[in-house]
Amino acid sequence: MAVLPSPEAGTTATILAGVRQAWSSVFVYVLIGTYVGVGALAHDFGFSFVWLALSTLIVWAAPAQVILISLLATGAAMIEIAVAVTLTAVRLLPMVVSLLPLMRTRETPTWRLLLPTHFTAISMWVECLRLLPSIPPAQRIAYANGMSFGLIAAAQIGGFVGFYLAARLPAVLAAALLFITPMSFLISVLRNSRETFEKLAFVLGLVIGPVLAYSAVNLDLMWTGLIGGLLAYGFHRLQRARQAS
Amino acid sequence: MTWAELAPYLALVVVGFLPNEVWRMLGLVVVRGLRDDSELILLARAIATAILAGVVAKLIFFSTGALAAIPVWIRVGAALGGFFAFIAIRRSMLAGVLVGEGLLILGGLYFH
Repeated sequence: MAVLPSPEAGTTATILAGVRQAWSSVFVYVLIGTYVGVGALAHDFGFSFVWLALSTLIVWAAPAQVILISLLATGAAMIEIAVAVTLTAVRLLPMVVSLLPLMRTRETPTWRLLLPTHFTAISMWVECLRLLPSIPPAQRIAYANGMSFGLIAAAQIGGFVGFYLAARLPAVLAAALLFITPMSFLISVLRNSRETFEKLAFVLGLVIGPVLAYSAVNLDLMWTGLIGGLLAYGFHRLQRARQAS
Repeated sequence: MTWAELAPYLALVVVGFLPNEVWRMLGLVVVRGLRDDSELILLARAIATAILAGVVAKLIFFSTGALAAIPVWIRVGAALGGFFAFIAIRRSMLAGVLVGEGLLILGGLYFH
């Protein structure tokens, strides 16, 4: 089903296989839909299309972009915006740490990891964890970059459509566009959780996240990750110890 | 370019790009320092998964913008419906997202 490069494919062919894989995945529709919403928001708040396209390229995280656009437009203090953006971005750290080791070999220079590091986002992370193990290590960076190019292109198309065509969407449709992100993440992250401890981490996050947010705990997402992640990892260690004995 | 034209781009870089990118680059630094990485990767994966679940739950329970106008029980019901559709229809992500979206739109139209 997935478009994988042939084992002897060169860099260009591997990148193209990545682009084609991105465009044959559901994430293309998810990103187009999500960014139609982001584009409409940017238009309503008076940003230029060039600004929107640049923000998609260099921020490449829809939740951070939504916060950035709404807070800049309402004249919030710069420090307040930076803090809000950085809090949504904490998730990127453990994502990068769990993804890059799949791509690097002993000889990989660090600069070759810069692009995949920048491109790390939920859609790309989910697809890479799923597909990279089945291709040769030497091709993985090129393949991941190809997928990222394809996914960013989809986001840019969605942003364009939203900016120029979808301004003043009917309320229910605007709500449906915002619902694409949680709905697709819910399914895709769970689909990727093959091990029991990952499923456990997911369920714990679903429960702990809203409880902490409701209790107005500071840095609620960071604590959700640490508590849920450590409990799930501890369960994994226990399970393994029991199997070993 | 005048200052007024330049200001949004400056803001984009300083309060958008940098506070977001710092976590990715920190991840790269951590990975570079790893020698035997297998255990830390598992832990990072568990933490990332829990955070993503927290993000999903917050987006559904504490929605903002147009989604906030849809009652919370419709949002939760649509998410559950989409999830069960994913399980029932050959673990197809597309089917799950479409059913979830369909339920949300129907619920939104009916109770709006």
